[in-house]
Amino acid sequence: MAEPYAESPLATYTDVLERSSVRGQLRIAEEPFLAQVTVRVDPKSPAAERVGTALGGMLPNQSGEVVLAGDLTVLWLGPDEWLVVGPEGRDRDVQERVTAALDGEHGAVVDVSANRTVLSVTGPRARDLLNKGCALDLHPRAFESNRCAQTMLARAGVILVRRDAEAPSFWLLVRSSFARYLADWLVDAAEEYRSGGGEP
Amino acid sequence: MSNEFRLADGGRIDRDRPVRFDFEGQQLQGYAGDTLASALLANGVHRVATSNKYGRPRGIMAAGAEEPNALVQVEAPFPEPMLPATTVEVRDGLQASGLPGKGRLATEEDPARYDTMHTHCDVLVVGAGPAGLAAALSAARSGARVIVADADTEFGGSLLGSGQTLDGRAATDWVRRTTAELAEHPEVRLLPRTTVFGYYEDNYLVALEHRGDDASSRQRIWRMRAREVVLATGAHERPLVFSGNDRPGIMLAGSARTYVNRYAVLPGRRAVVFTTNDSAYAAAIDLHDAGVEIVAVVDAREVVSTYWASLCVERGIRIHASTGVVSTSGTDRITSAHLSSLGPEGNHPTSVRQVVTCDLLLVSGGWNPAVHLHSQARGSVRFAEDIGAFVPDGTDQAARSAGAVTGVLATGKCLTSGAEAGRDAARAAGFDAELARVPDSKHAPILAARHLWVVPGSGDSDGTTQFVDLARDATVADVRRAVAAGMDNVEHVKRYTTIGTAHDQGKTSGTLSTGVIAEVLGVGVGELGTTTFRAPYTPVTFAALAGRERGDLYDPVRVTAMHDWHVEQGALFENVGQWKRPWYYPHSGEDMETAVLRECYAVRSGVGMQDVSTLGKIDVQGPDAAEFLDLVYTNKMSTLKVGRIRYGLMCTADGMVFDDGTVTRTAEHRYLISTTSGGAANVLAHLEDWLQTEWTHLRVHLTSVTEHWATIALVGPESRQVLADVAPELDVDNDGFGFMTWQEGNVAGVHARVCRISFSGELAFEINVPWWYGREVWEVLMAGGRPYGITPYGTETMHVLRAEKGFPIVGQDTDGTITPHDLGMSWAVSKKKDDFLGKRSFSRPDTARTDRKHLVGLLPEDTNLVLPEGAQIVEQPELGEPPVPMLGHVTSSYRSAVLGSGFALAVVKGGRDRVGETLYSPVGDRPVPVTVTEPVFYDKEGARRDG
Repeated sequence: MAEPYAESPLATYTDVLERSSVRGQLRIAEEPFLAQVTVRVDPKSPAAERVGTALGGMLPNQSGEVVLAGDLTVLWLGPDEWLVVGPEGRDRDVQERVTAALDGEHGAVVDVSANRTVLSVTGPRARDLLNKGCALDLHPRAFESNRCAQTMLARAGVILVRRDAEAPSFWLLVRSSFARYLADWLVDAAEEYRSGGGEP
Repeated sequence: MSNEFRLADGGRIDRDRPVRFDFEGQQLQGYAGDTLASALLANGVHRVATSNKYGRPRGIMAAGAEEPNALVQVEAPFPEPMLPATTVEVRDGLQASGLPGKGRLATEEDPARYDTMHTHCDVLVVGAGPAGLAAALSAARSGARVIVADADTEFGGSLLGSGQTLDGRAATDWVRRTTAELAEHPEVRLLPRTTVFGYYEDNYLVALEHRGDDASSRQRIWRMRAREVVLATGAHERPLVFSGNDRPGIMLAGSARTYVNRYAVLPGRRAVVFTTNDSAYAAAIDLHDAGVEIVAVVDAREVVSTYWASLCVERGIRIHASTGVVSTSGTDRITSAHLSSLGPEGNHPTSVRQVVTCDLLLVSGGWNPAVHLHSQARGSVRFAEDIGAFVPDGTDQAARSAGAVTGVLATGKCLTSGAEAGRDAARAAGFDAELARVPDSKHAPILAARHLWVVPGSGDSDGTTQFVDLARDATVADVRRAVAAGMDNVEHVKRYTTIGTAHDQGKTSGTLSTGVIAEVLGVGVGELGTTTFRAPYTPVTFAALAGRERGDLYDPVRVTAMHDWHVEQGALFENVGQWKRPWYYPHSGEDMETAVLRECYAVRSGVGMQDVSTLGKIDVQGPDAAEFLDLVYTNKMSTLKVGRIRYGLMCTADGMVFDDGTVTRTAEHRYLISTTSGGAANVLAHLEDWLQTEWTHLRVHLTSVTEHWATIALVGPESRQVLADVAPELDVDNDGFGFMTWQEGNVAGVHARVCRISFSGELAFEINVPWWYGREVWEVLMAGGRPYGITPYGTETMHVLRAEKGFPIVGQDTDGTITPHDLGMSWAVSKKKDDFLGKRSFSRPDTARTDRKHLVGLLPEDTNLVLPEGAQIVEQPELGEPPVPMLGHVTSSYRSAVLGSGFALAVVKGGRDRVGETLYSPVGDRPVPVTVTEPVFYDKEGARRDG
């Protein structure tokens, strides 16, 4: 039998997103197939420490904190809940490492790689674009790089991660069933930047 | 007569950009920078509208949002009803006409775009007059994030229309320099044309920006969260109440000044000025200097200001002290003002002494601070005797008022109070702010005003032409009638008379009506207080509030991994919550009934396939998971073995069915539970609620994995063969893969979890693969099933098939008042468990009643008949006189391919004891006989489930 082919939730949106990007201003794209693993463990337990070691960085313990550990990004989603995001195909390895680190202690490790897809929104217009549908303060004074939040963008729940490099950059982790709605919303909201209008 | 009343120079209009517009069929010309009102006045048009109750001619009274009279219907560029001409910018192609109160909504779809922006700041300054600008400057220089919002097309507020100087130069110079500096600050956002219309809890304010017809969005709603707010909202001039005070040509003095200075328009040739305070003198002087003949300044006070008197004397303007305008003449425009001397306080009416011809009457009864937002923010107000109006008096929100809204009227004081408020706000927000230097302004001494609520008129002792609220055509007579009817409270009088309830929300009439009521009641104005100020400050269109949440973006559409395939196959869709689920797949020429019968037949006789990815899925992990599931399901789950699946019912604490689904034990301490498609989020919230608040000792973690999986139901006697073909590694025999068990293995080359569960009574497999592979596995199964005539089916067929088996659907056959026992599912309620949600409620006498509604089957005697869902069930064939006792109603009803007839599920009082009875259901105008049956119609012995 042929190798199975995978189709990400926004596979048919690649061109649409590309067209709604504005050179030097805004880029919207899907980052498909990233590995995503939910980890639940008592943050004060030795098991939590072992999990951190296994992932290559301590589990973040501040609200909305993001820890980068090699090619893994660990998002704080709750006092005892994290989402580990990694490159495509890392899901099994992450699950195995965390499960081994738990060593039978109470916790949970769940592969949720396909549960959400990731949209990246990058560029000087990214903040304005997101603030058309997100009520959070995304000013760097309030929401700096390597922060995350679970919030609403328009009418879809998202995990919002700030990961600035040279330009402001965000990840939107959205439920697969909501991905097209959110992409449609982003394309619509970006229209004013394509037509060159709006304020800086 | 084009621009006959336009001054040769001056003003802030752009004379290089003339614009043509149409007013009531008349082609007129104005300039960029004009409002419709200023352009009309420039062309000598005063009568703009007709009052809505009495049909009296009405003109332009103000120069801003407080305008009570000059309402227009805009027809082009897009029909909009009831806009004050004072807030409509003229532009080429504008078409408008005057209104008698009500307007016309567009019948065509609005092509414009409206959107929303959320923003946060340290200091929000509302109003960009002298106080607001000074506040913004102090705050901005500290590095704070500042937003300045002002309703006008440009910043400056009263400075734009007053012609005054600051630091010895035109005040507008200071405005320009200040605005330019603010624009340079990277953390400052300037929002002209933006009205802050609502002030809510925790410094959340909402504003409407008019971005113009050429902008990417015509209007934008700003949702702003501010650490600190500076309210520099200014003041509205108060008119005076006298007989005939509503004629075109009667204008607020400060507004007339604005027309002259800002728009270079003369609002008349020959004016009378009627005032109770000093501020109207500046208007008299400016109008005189611009060429208007000021026939008389009529001052209600006994003593007038020597400063202003000398300026009048220099110009030959006559001042009448202790005098009032008691009535006027004129039809479409004022032609004369009737003066009479006023006694000291007490207002004894005297006869008319003098009739003065004029085409303009300026009035000033003092100034009302615009306390609307302060009051919306739950700030209190107090009556300031010195200005005869209500001023802010403290608020619990992080807000402060500055400038004219606090009752200070001199520009210098407004500037200083603004600068202080801006500094204090920035400091409160944690910034090291200094006081911005404010420019020097000339400051004339201000003489106390006289508070004159009703000017007595000998000609109108009833007060039927003394208008209090011009927008509502409400008069002193109306107020007297309200008081005579027993109202002694401003809120009651407001509702009785409608004063203050028009488009302008009583901006000019509010304080005035309190004054008039107080006078009629003989109490103090401060005692009576004001009516409550509510959002919106000015009218906001629903289109703006809706923003982009309309059409396709109105609500999220959730789709599955196989959605495009369904679309390509011509499926029709059903909304299930936010999901789009295939409803049925009609072949060409098929109606719904035919298609569904075909799909049902295919499943019962061959093989069918349904996309069931929308079912909710929750991963349950932890050493106490079994105990937890025992508590949330009515049946026992802890006895379930790894590798097996059990159906379960969930109840809420009241014992009513809440959701249902399957529980799959995937490991020693791990389960996967499924929920209904629409109930997934609620079930998770319900479980987390109990886990986090009541059962905190349980070591259990819940993770929603609904969209991690694409789920395919492969159903029918041939399903085993189809699965065997595409999953050769899987042991699909009944012995190796029993009912209510699951296996992992490759299906179409993809690692899958396959469950043997059935919602139709047929042999069935449920195949779960990660979302990414859903479409491919679906297509491989379709191709593999082709030799067996595999048929995709939708929710309608699924509903028929499960109803034939008597399987209820939570939310369709239940409605929150149905227990598992009512459904005939006592088998799913454990008698051995110590506790579970709902258990205690089953010992209530009410849940044990024998006449509760039970789920039963109904077979209409007429086998062709399909009862309407929702149809009532009654005992007798004759309905008799109402009320007719109702026994229950039909919850599900379909035509069955295998039964060859219509059939229904219903909830009927004592239904299980009525099996075999004939009852009646009124369909159309006749009660039709139906036989009560067990709810299982097909394969009662369950012979089909193993194939």
